[in-house]
Amino acid sequence: MATAFSAAKFGTQFFPVGTRSHENPLFGHLKTPACSFLGSTRRLRFSSASKLNQINSHRRSVVVAVSDVVKEKKSKSTSNLFLLLFIPAHSIQLITKEEGLELYEDMILGRAFEDMCAQMYYRGKMFGFVHLYNGQEAVSTGFIKLLKKEDSVVSTYRDHVHALSKGVPARAVMSELFGKTTGCCRGQGGSMHMFSKEHNLLGGFAFIGEGIPVATGAAFTSKYRREVLKEADCDHVTLAFFGDGTCNNGQFFECLNMAALWKLPIVFVVENNLWAIGMSHLRATSDPQIYKKGPAFGMPGIHVNGMDVLKVRAVAQTAIARARSGEGPTLVECETYRFRGHSLADPDELRDPAEKAHYAARDPITALKKYLIENNLATEVELKAIDKKIEEVVEDAVEFADESPHPTRSQLLENVFADPKGFGIGPDGRYRCEDPKFTEGTAQV
Amino acid sequence: MTVREALNSALDEEMSADPKVFLMGEEVGEYQGAYKISKGLLDKYGPERVLDTPITEAGFTGIGVGAAYYGLRPIVEFMTFNFAMQAIDHIINSAAKSNYMSAGQMNVPIVFRGPNGAAAGVGAQHSHCYAAWYGSCPGLKVLTPYSSEDARGLLKAAIRDPDPVIFLENELLYGESFPVSAEALDSSFCLPIGKAKIEREGRDVTITAFSKMVGHSLKAAEILEKEGISAEVINLRSIRPLDRATINASVQKTNRLVTVEEGFPQHGVGAEICATIVEDSFGYLDAPVERIAGADVPMPYAANLERMAVPQVEDIVRAAKRVCHRSVPLAAAA
Repeated sequence: MATAFSAAKFGTQFFPVGTRSHENPLFGHLKTPACSFLGSTRRLRFSSASKLNQINSHRRSVVVAVSDVVKEKKSKSTSNLFLLLFIPAHSIQLITKEEGLELYEDMILGRAFEDMCAQMYYRGKMFGFVHLYNGQEAVSTGFIKLLKKEDSVVSTYRDHVHALSKGVPARAVMSELFGKTTGCCRGQGGSMHMFSKEHNLLGGFAFIGEGIPVATGAAFTSKYRREVLKEADCDHVTLAFFGDGTCNNGQFFECLNMAALWKLPIVFVVENNLWAIGMSHLRATSDPQIYKKGPAFGMPGIHVNGMDVLKVRAVAQTAIARARSGEGPTLVECETYRFRGHSLADPDELRDPAEKAHYAARDPITALKKYLIENNLATEVELKAIDKKIEEVVEDAVEFADESPHPTRSQLLENVFADPKGFGIGPDGRYRCEDPKFTEGTAQV
Repeated sequence: MTVREALNSALDEEMSADPKVFLMGEEVGEYQGAYKISKGLLDKYGPERVLDTPITEAGFTGIGVGAAYYGLRPIVEFMTFNFAMQAIDHIINSAAKSNYMSAGQMNVPIVFRGPNGAAAGVGAQHSHCYAAWYGSCPGLKVLTPYSSEDARGLLKAAIRDPDPVIFLENELLYGESFPVSAEALDSSFCLPIGKAKIEREGRDVTITAFSKMVGHSLKAAEILEKEGISAEVINLRSIRPLDRATINASVQKTNRLVTVEEGFPQHGVGAEICATIVEDSFGYLDAPVERIAGADVPMPYAANLERMAVPQVEDIVRAAKRVCHRSVPLAAAA
């Protein structure tokens, strides 16, 4: 893996990022944004994005949108890892057929599931806050499909697709959304709080930035297990997913600092979809280039086109390998977009229709489909078969959730504490949890 | 044994018994603890298990919770619980609620400890008592030790407990010395969580208190004894779960209640105890319940004002006499 260079070399190489990006024509437009962009990102994103597309069409089989800093350093570094990304030979296949189909299936599952959620919400089967992931599938699939079962993922309230990619069955997620007792959290968590111990999905947090320290703690545990508890093979990596709005939050910076300080095996994945409900990223952030915040804390900051699953996957491979080998954290900024509003209650009036159309044209699923067919990795027929299969999976999930029972009354008081004695001592002097009538009737605690 | 030594020995024994236990906080390592509670632990267990953190409460509390999700047993020290307000999101939302939200999948075996309540002359932002704040949140266990035996037994129980525990110590008690039995010095000594202790038995009035106020209540009980009032002093030990059974049994015996606490009166621990007594032992009360609490103002700095803002022994004596109808009722405001 990444043995060709030491951690120290890697760390210092990324420091002068501020100076480099301005000279690169890719990011030139972002250097001096005009004032009229306030509220709309159309002018900015259009120009830089179209440049990216041009370059994409020329070097299709090679990952391009890695931060120019990495490209600069490539000439100095002798690392095998980066050689893999930058060999310009067109004959290199980025993925095999099996991998391609796996990625396609995962993204279609994410998309179909979220579309079904919208339908179910408007039919009243699902309620409360539901935040959908349409358009961002490439980030979830690109990163999570590279993980082992023991690696963990920490997410935000937009966590349905992270759960699905990590392996939580669609049935369990749908039941949880319906509030049924067969859900992954027995209906007690809901849309925003998906937990699965089996699949190491550590939630599902409603507060932005809340998941980042928790993810950092999971990474800390991984390191602790290896070094203090002497479990030599423990090299579990943690991925923390969060959005652009979170990058202005204090907890984010606190964790960048501690993760780099203690060299924790974590990858901070920013899903920059440019909007925090109705607040444009550019109106909220003094320096909108989030990946630059990594080197400020001593870790690499990488920017990648989050609408292209292959590019995301390539960057993810680097970052995850770096974490697994003990070299420390990475900050990856994925430029992506959500096709729907912030949540199903959001009328989504502030975003420019032209911007939405622009990103709709860069739909990651369409892009992958095109790639697979053009590179003869799959046929239309095979992909259609996958579409059909996923449609059945999602419909089966809805049926299962519909037929599942609601939680029973006694479930109300369960699981507050792992140690049930936490409810204290009853009037008869014994622990309340030993009283058979404890979870019946009114909660008279 | 002083309370400080008791806490230190409890930490030491639990860390040596279970390698998954680790301590993190500001100045816990090289400085030997801001109040010297973790003295000697860095040398014994090394920097990987006694972590000096940067001043980032929200960050490192969240890290502790994440580590607890994944199987370790962190002890997060806050220099005072006032600073824990920067981390209260993680204490309540990530730690307390997780076992419930995940339907039992993620239990959080974490201990949050540190000094709580008023010290001497430290001003409004360093003197807040959080017993009522944390005591109202389901999913947390809140402990308030008084003596060295309490400190040892409850801290060991807290560390071994699979749920989030808030361990509210008191800075002024750290240096106080209490006699300890040989049983308390044993390394497997543990006190049950959720059980109050009757520090002194009596017949005429029940006085409930926790942390430093237990000391004041015991002194008040001595004074009352001379005046012919036999007071029963209950050391609550556990704010959540509250030992309602013991309190009710005591009131049913004495028929009078005085609750004492250092924190602010509105929505305080005393208010909860009053409500409990009214619900379960109304018929047994011979007089309205008296609540002694800190003054309803942010803690002043001036020494004489501070003395007036925190309950003193005389206040407890007066209240006990009032409730026993031995003196003219005064206005209850401080």
